[in-house]
Amino acid sequence: MMARRPSILPLETDGSGRFLPWLTALMVYLAALAIGGAMSLSGAIDRWDAGLAGTLTVQLPRPVDGTPLAAKDVNAALDALRKTPGIVSATQLGDDAQAQLLKPWLGDKADALSLPLPVLVDVHVADGAAIDTDGLQKRLNAIVPGAAVATHDRWLGRLFRVARAIEVTAFAIVALIAVAAVATIVFVVRTGLLIHSHVIDLLHMIGARDSFVARQFQWHAFRLGLRGGIIGVVAAALTIAAFYAVGMMGANGGEQAVMPSLGLTANGVSAAVILAVLLPFCAGGIGLLTARLTVLGALGRLP
Amino acid sequence: MRYGNGPQILHGIDLDLEQGSFHFLTGPSGAGKSTLLRLMYLAERPSEGNISLFGHDVQSLGRTRRAQLRRHIGVVFQEFRLLDHLSAVDNVALPLRVTGIKEETVMANAAELLRWVGLEEKHLAAQPSTLSGGQQQRLAIARAVIGRPALLIADEPTGNVDDAMAMRLMYLFEELNRLGTTVVIATHNQALIDHFGHPVLYLERGALTRIDRRNGEGVPVSLEEEGE
Repeated sequence: MMARRPSILPLETDGSGRFLPWLTALMVYLAALAIGGAMSLSGAIDRWDAGLAGTLTVQLPRPVDGTPLAAKDVNAALDALRKTPGIVSATQLGDDAQAQLLKPWLGDKADALSLPLPVLVDVHVADGAAIDTDGLQKRLNAIVPGAAVATHDRWLGRLFRVARAIEVTAFAIVALIAVAAVATIVFVVRTGLLIHSHVIDLLHMIGARDSFVARQFQWHAFRLGLRGGIIGVVAAALTIAAFYAVGMMGANGGEQAVMPSLGLTANGVSAAVILAVLLPFCAGGIGLLTARLTVLGALGRLP
Repeated sequence: MRYGNGPQILHGIDLDLEQGSFHFLTGPSGAGKSTLLRLMYLAERPSEGNISLFGHDVQSLGRTRRAQLRRHIGVVFQEFRLLDHLSAVDNVALPLRVTGIKEETVMANAAELLRWVGLEEKHLAAQPSTLSGGQQQRLAIARAVIGRPALLIADEPTGNVDDAMAMRLMYLFEELNRLGTTVVIATHNQALIDHFGHPVLYLERGALTRIDRRNGEGVPVSLEEEGE
């Protein structure tokens, strides 16, 4: 008969945790945005890195009078590059390719402007090969005065440092949010302990272990945290999708080429899905653990 | 015994209750009866001295063992302390629920016990606040004894009921005592004490005296008077 188990502590109805799901939702939302932003940035950096890894760009400038560079000088520079150990290929960019590069800034008529553009050489380096770029630049200068070798390392390194700093900041924000969540749960649980002190006192008197009382609070906190976590993750997913849609809305091909791609890599998408599933459970888990420790700490003061 | 830096409420008490005994605890209001009972059911730590219960030095026990000891003590509180968010039967079932016993067993025992204390089937699902004072008292007694306690402590259990109900409750306590439960009842009801004739512990100004009912003289309670 009556094989049901009522809530020994009426935590669902006491009002102490009424706002906890919404506070949790807000915290999870902010944490998810911070993590999403960091992951998106990390994806963009990885793509830049993958695109530029093992490449050099060589600029062969025109003479000071602005006349086009002599073909023999260009060929001599290309020969010097191809004979350099570790260089796999050296290809001069054609006029069309150069015009394509300038298109985002100068539009479709870039090739018709007769700009005194340098000759650009796309150089591919063998995996793991270490190129002495200073020595290479000196040799090229002997052939074409003013020749410059760009390794991308310097600006890419700076970009990496900025990106890592942003990532660290994002995770620091997540840690701060977790601390705020813990503080909120401690407050809610202490309020619950006060509201139900007569029940807890009675349970204590009839021989309930501290862990029994803690269980009543911890699973309540877990449910509230999970509920808030799901709301927060859904809201964050919608926001990120809206950011992406607004960012891409109305952008032409050139603008899209210049704009950094903030979409996730395939691995990033998998990680994002796993995180989206895990975040609500993390929120619930933080609630569970915090509530348990708070209750055990409070009950430890009873005789 | 004192609370914090407050005045000393109990002093020089050396009490040993024989297993299966039945005692009344009486004395003027403010004498410290409730404090003594709270010490006995482990709701307080003594500021001085020791409490030994069922052969265990309570102070030396960990929290889990102390919780287990409390399961062998049934308490009928003066103000009942029934939980109004639970039904009558769930209130009675509480001491078994905290031990993790199977739900079917818990409910069967609780329902049976409610019938034993004279509550009808229709009261099982009732909220305690909808029951009369006598019914609530019996509910509190049922909750106190459902765990088959070795020690039953009742603080003014007949204070809120009429004489007929008081007698009926006392017979319940005697029945439990016959089954081997040690019973301590705090009461102001002299007629009840006289009627049942059990040994009396008299508390006044924090000092405990045992009334020898054969000659009516009070003697201080000591270990030598009663065995383990």
